[in-house]
Amino acid sequence: MNRVGRLRLAVIALAVGALELACRTGLIDHHVLIAPSEMAVALWRLLVSGQANEQILRTFGIIVLAVLIAVVLGFAIGLVIHALPRLRQALDPFFATYYAVPIFIFYPVMISIFGLSSIPIVLIGVATAIVAMIMATLNGLDRIPRVLTKVARVHRMGPVETALRLKLPAAAPHLFTGVKLAVSYGFIAVIASEFILAPAGLGRLISDAYTDFNNPRMYALMLLLVIVATAVNMALHVFDQRWAERRGIGKP
Amino acid sequence: MIAGKRAADTVIILVVMLLAWQALHQVAGETALPGPLPTLAYLVHFVPTERFMQNAAATLLTFFYALILSYVLGLAIGIWMGIHRLSGAVGEPILISIYTLPKITLYPVVLLIFGLSQSGRVTFGAMHGVLPVALLTMNAIRNIPRVYLKTARTLRLSTWQTIATVLVPATLPEIVAGLRIGFTLTLLGVLLAEMFASKYGLGSLIINAMQILQTKEMVSVTIVLFVFAALANAALLWLEHKLHRRV
Repeated sequence: MNRVGRLRLAVIALAVGALELACRTGLIDHHVLIAPSEMAVALWRLLVSGQANEQILRTFGIIVLAVLIAVVLGFAIGLVIHALPRLRQALDPFFATYYAVPIFIFYPVMISIFGLSSIPIVLIGVATAIVAMIMATLNGLDRIPRVLTKVARVHRMGPVETALRLKLPAAAPHLFTGVKLAVSYGFIAVIASEFILAPAGLGRLISDAYTDFNNPRMYALMLLLVIVATAVNMALHVFDQRWAERRGIGKP
Repeated sequence: MIAGKRAADTVIILVVMLLAWQALHQVAGETALPGPLPTLAYLVHFVPTERFMQNAAATLLTFFYALILSYVLGLAIGIWMGIHRLSGAVGEPILISIYTLPKITLYPVVLLIFGLSQSGRVTFGAMHGVLPVALLTMNAIRNIPRVYLKTARTLRLSTWQTIATVLVPATLPEIVAGLRIGFTLTLLGVLLAEMFASKYGLGSLIINAMQILQTKEMVSVTIVLFVFAALANAALLWLEHKLHRRV
């Protein structure tokens, strides 16, 4: 590990250590924040006891489902829009404003239509993630060298075959950037929905623990989310960098 | 001519969206989703009422404070990490991982510290906005071509002259892009804070309307927020393009 990496670890360790110290010495009230070590112990106990496992699996299942739908559907829609330049031009202003509007405010509308179940959560997850995937697909398709499409014509490939065997791999690095954003957005939308209003799930557990003043449980679940989110994002980031380097579009 | 055609296409898509809304209304029924026309009629009637105005004012004020906080903190962090290379290299990955975290999970911590108060909502809103402002500002400063700074040295500009005549103009478009994203995310943060355990603001209005099945009111407030965010974004985007073209 280089100097910057070591320094970064030191900064993080120092921050956690300072928090631990402030909590242990009573500088920070126990009712507000518990020490990081206590959070870890509480998380370990919670996972071993298995009380929350079902909810945890449910939430991660919903996230995976929403991201999968967003990625597959987003790629398909991206292909269609790319083939129709006029539609693309007309949709441009909508794409430009899409992430400027907190899409999440439509969650109550979806609950009203579909009832309080996991359907609105999946839908809001898909809605938040899909446009990133569509834009990444358009971006990737724009950068496919002309010669490749000519090759497809020479080999008399049909549109579906061209899409799967040629466009998909050629646009892959850009698509992966879309996947990365879709995972990140889907994650945030699903957790936020569960937190605000949901029949079950990890977000709901945290908000319940807050209402019950059950701090160890609340902080244990928060720690779990922070760990999972950081690990997933770091893994995607590393993968993305490697891929970009191989294709020669990343930083050297 | 081309611009007119393009505008016509956009209008067509708007009409398609309204038709989709109407279709969804037919399927879902009156209580679940009111049709577009009755909702818009309700909106026109509801917006001037005192209840809407009071909540809108509460949201705007919270949002305003949160925005100032995110901009000041975000710019300070971004400038520091952009100028001081080592802090930037050390801090960037940390900032990015915090950026991708679902911050809503941390809202209870904010509530435990500030209680159910406006300060809590302001803090939570600012938590969303600080990071994009900081990250984009940092990148803007890092990407200044070296030759600009060398020119400033050759011309023997003082530090303040360098900042005012070189640094600020060179980084402004990108910084405005950061401010635009910060605007959106701060608004989201404030609305989320109002949706969870709050009696004030448009966010709580939406949640309350949903719970008492006042769907027209819920959809109306959603539309108002949607239009507000879209217009503000368009204005900032326009400013950004204008600054880009000037360079």
